[in-house]
Amino acid sequence: MAKEMWENFKSGFVKENPVFALYLGICSVLAITTTLNNALGMGITVTIVLILANTIVSLLRKITPNEIRIPVYIVIISTLVKSSELLIKAYAPTLDTALGVFIPLIVVNCIILGRAEAYASKHSVIESAVDGLGKGLGYTFGLIIMSVIRQVLGTGVLNLTNPFTGNMIFEIQIIPADYVISVFTQAVGAFLTFALIAAAVSALNARKQTKGAK
Amino acid sequence: MENLLTLAISAILINNIVLSQFLGICPFLGVSRKKDSAIGMGLAVIFVIVGASILSYLLYHLVLDPLDIEYMNLISFILVIASFVQFTEMFIKKYSPSLYKSLGIYLPLITTNCAVLYVALANITSGYNFVEMITYSIAVPVGFMLVLIIFSYIRERLDIAPVPKAFKGNPVALIVAALMAIAFSGLAGLV
Repeated sequence: MAKEMWENFKSGFVKENPVFALYLGICSVLAITTTLNNALGMGITVTIVLILANTIVSLLRKITPNEIRIPVYIVIISTLVKSSELLIKAYAPTLDTALGVFIPLIVVNCIILGRAEAYASKHSVIESAVDGLGKGLGYTFGLIIMSVIRQVLGTGVLNLTNPFTGNMIFEIQIIPADYVISVFTQAVGAFLTFALIAAAVSALNARKQTKGAK
Repeated sequence: MENLLTLAISAILINNIVLSQFLGICPFLGVSRKKDSAIGMGLAVIFVIVGASILSYLLYHLVLDPLDIEYMNLISFILVIASFVQFTEMFIKKYSPSLYKSLGIYLPLITTNCAVLYVALANITSGYNFVEMITYSIAVPVGFMLVLIIFSYIRERLDIAPVPKAFKGNPVALIVAALMAIAFSGLAGLV
């Protein structure tokens, strides 16, 4: 039981990474990964919403009529997202301006509805919460990788600020400002970085499979 | 009038919903393998966005705003969109079963196409009046359909091209999208 949960938790990082292997929720991944700050803010928000949504869906799974389950999930998810949007607006206004419309768009992030339908509606509360944490961290992990590559290549600087106070936590200049490739902060860079990481993950999974076959 | 034209051109070409706003990528990758389903999907999305935008615009200005419950916007809009997609699905199933088959799972998934919710929200936050709202709600999905059709033509050629194994499928499609984004960013000087 515990082992199964751990396996499920682990699979979210590479093998079944919701972003690079399953291609779920990539709209926000491409759009907001220009800086590490945005990636962390978005990742943590999605993880919290995912855990809570999975927990509530799982709690209600026995009394939800099968025919209207999708509308029920959507109402649960949009209530959670709206609450987090209002909380972020109140306590972390800089994050709110940076992420903008992508916070309300978490409602239509396929990962959350996908996990509710595929996992939380069939499993116990604790299993669902752990699944939400695992997949949410896998998503955050994907966002962090993308944003680090794009921010370093595009601006040469890697920094992190505390969204609640606006204080700088750290800032390092990795590439001299004269040698940055600014195209990585734009749309082209997003598609290109994503394509290369997705190809790497698919090559990694293919290699594991051939090893397993031997 | 000139204003509306600028709004439309910028929504179709310059701030293209897929290539510069990154919305609606799931169906963009999912149903772009064949030209016919790309056209069908494009038309379905135009229909859903225009219908859902008008309904949510009226809902916001006639109900939510007078009652001072604007914070219900997200929840009510997504319900409007979900029911509208359900309606479209029933409609297509009845009148074009072949299109219904070729769109498959992506038809109910229009609900989670972020472009739909984005347009409904943007109509409110940008403060458009009714005519501007209609123009914007038509222009955005037209841009989506344009890119989807171009992309499906490229992908049909891609099927017979020798692609490295790891890049097969979605990764190479994303590289194509990156190249298209470069091409589209050249149009930025139009308006």
